[in-house]
Amino acid sequence: MKMVTMSEAAAKTEAAKPILSVNNIEVIYDHVILVLKGVSLSVPAGGITALLGANGAGKTTTLKAISNLLHAERGEVTKGTIVFEGDQVQALSPNELVRRGCIQVMEGRHCFGHLSVEDNLMTGAFTRRDGKAEINRDLEMVYEYFPRLRVRRASQAGYTSGGEQQMTAIGRALMSRPKMILLDEPSMGLAPQLVEEIFEIVKKLNEEQDVSFLLAEQNTNVALRYAKYGYILESGRVVLDGAAEALRTNEDVKEFYLGVGGEGRKSFRDVKHYKRRKRWLA
Amino acid sequence: MELLNSIFIKPFQDMVAAPDFLLQVLWEGLVAGVLYALIALGFVLIYKSSRIFNFAQGIMVVFAALTLVGLHEKGIPALLAVPLTLVVMLILAIAIERVVLRPLVNQPDIILFMATIGITLFLVGFGELIFGGENKVMITEQLGIPTGSFTFEPFGGFVSIEQKDLTAVIGAVVLVAALLVFLNKSKMGRAIRALGDDHQAALSVGISLSTIWILVWFIAGIIALATGIVWGARAGVSFALEVIAYKALPVLMLGGLESVLGAIIGGLAIGILEKLFEIYWGQPLMGGNTETWFAFVFALIVLLFRPQGLFGEKIIERV
Repeated sequence: MKMVTMSEAAAKTEAAKPILSVNNIEVIYDHVILVLKGVSLSVPAGGITALLGANGAGKTTTLKAISNLLHAERGEVTKGTIVFEGDQVQALSPNELVRRGCIQVMEGRHCFGHLSVEDNLMTGAFTRRDGKAEINRDLEMVYEYFPRLRVRRASQAGYTSGGEQQMTAIGRALMSRPKMILLDEPSMGLAPQLVEEIFEIVKKLNEEQDVSFLLAEQNTNVALRYAKYGYILESGRVVLDGAAEALRTNEDVKEFYLGVGGEGRKSFRDVKHYKRRKRWLA
Repeated sequence: MELLNSIFIKPFQDMVAAPDFLLQVLWEGLVAGVLYALIALGFVLIYKSSRIFNFAQGIMVVFAALTLVGLHEKGIPALLAVPLTLVVMLILAIAIERVVLRPLVNQPDIILFMATIGITLFLVGFGELIFGGENKVMITEQLGIPTGSFTFEPFGGFVSIEQKDLTAVIGAVVLVAALLVFLNKSKMGRAIRALGDDHQAALSVGISLSTIWILVWFIAGIIALATGIVWGARAGVSFALEVIAYKALPVLMLGGLESVLGAIIGGLAIGILEKLFEIYWGQPLMGGNTETWFAFVFALIVLLFRPQGLFGEKIIERV
C-alpha cells in the first residue's frame, strides 16, 4: 500500500508544481529532543493539503519548521530541506518568509489582545512595501470575507469571541498578501457550526485568492472534506498519505481517526486491544 | 497630640495660608515629575517590546549628555551637535541589537537583564575614555534655552518660574505627545504594541525583531538625550547623573512596567508628591532630605495594595 501511495504522490507532484516541499526533515528541540524523524510532504500550488494526526504527532512542529518559528522555541531543523517556490528557505527568518508569501496562523489564534481588531489586521501588513492604498484595499477585502470583523473593528481583540479571534488571525495573515498559509488547528475550541464557517472561508480564499493551504488538524473528518490531499503523522513520521477521498475511505483511517471503522458492535475491551496492536507504528 | 496635629492638620493649614507658595511647590514637583515620567517611558518601551528591564537607561542619559557637550567642545556648533548626538545614539542602538540582544534572543529574562548591566559598565568605561571623567557644564545657552525667570503674583503672593524649567516641561510634553501618536497611529508603533502583547504571534506575522529593537533602543536614546539636557542644565553633566534614572524605579512600580500611561501619571504623581512631602512634612518633622527615599516608600505602600501597580496592564483572559 505504501508503494502505491508513494507513486501516487510522485504522479501528483508532476501534475501540479509544488509551491512547498518538505524533504526528509528532522527537528530537534533544545539539542536533545528529537521530534520529527524524517518528514516529507509537498503542497501543490493552489492546493489545500491536510496534515493529520493525534496530539503530539508533530503537526505543529512541522508547520513551525516551515515558517521558522521553531527558532523562537529553541528548536532547529537538523536534517533535510524545505523548499518554497524553488528556493531553500530553512535558514530564513519568519520575517523574510512572510515577505516571500508564506505565513503561519498559529494554533490558539494568538491575537494581540490589547490591540483593536483593525489594528490586529493591520499588523499583518508589516512586511508590505506597496503603499497605503493597496493595504486599505486588502483591509476592505478582509472585511468582505469576514463581515463580522467589520462590526467589531474597534473592539479590543482580547474581548472578542473565539470564532472572531480565529477570523482575526486568518484575516491578519491575509493582510500580508500570502501565497501560502500554514493554518494550525483552526477548529480548536470552536462550535461545529463555526468550524464549518471557517473552513468554507478557507475554501473560498483558496479558490478566489489563489492561496495554497497546509492545514494541521485533529478534526480529521472536516479536514478531509475540504482538503484535496492528506498526510497522516504519527510520532514524528508520515505514516500514510493520499488523496483526501482515498484517505476517507481507508479502513485504518476510519478506525483510528474517524471512529466509524470495523463491522458490527464490539466490546470496548476488544476495541482497545485492537487499537493497541494495530497502530502503524507500535 | 502635638505630633498628630503636625502630621494631619498643620501642613494643610500651611497650604491654605500661603497658596502662592503651594503653587510654587507644585510647579517644582511637576518639573521633576515630567522628567521622571520621561525616563520611565524609556524603560516601559524597552520592557514592552522585549521583556528586558533596561538597567542601562541611566547611563544612557549620561552618555547622551556627555556626547552632546563633548561634541560641542570639539568645536561643533550646538545646534548641529544635537542631531549628531542622535546619530551616535542610533549607532549605539544598532550596536546593542547586533552585539548584545541578537545573540541572546530567547534566553531567560534575567540573562538579558544581566546583559544590560554589562552595557552599563561598558558605557561608563567608554564614556570616560572618550570624554574624560571630570564634570562638565551643559551647553544650555548655546542650545538657545532661555535662562531667565519670570514671576507672577497669584493670590497676592509671589511665584517664580524659571524659563529653562518651563522649556523642559514644554519639550517633555511635546516629546511624550509625539511618542503617543507614534505608538498609536504609525505602523511601527503598532508593531511595538503587538510585540508587547504576543511575542510569538508578532514573529508569525513577519514583524522583524531586529528592526523593532533598534527602534525602541533609539527612542530610549532620544529620551536619554532630552533628559540629559534638562537634568544636566540643573545639576551639571557627570556620571552621578546616572542616579536619577533609579528615581524612575518607583515610578515604574507605581505605574506598572507595561503601561505608557502609567509611566506618565506615575512620574507626575511621584514628582509632585515627593516635593509636597518634603516641604510640608519632611522639613518640619524629619529635618528634610526626604526626597531621596520618599518615592520608594510610597511605591512600596502602593504595591502592598495593588501588586500590579496602579496602571498595570489589565490581563485579558478568556475562560
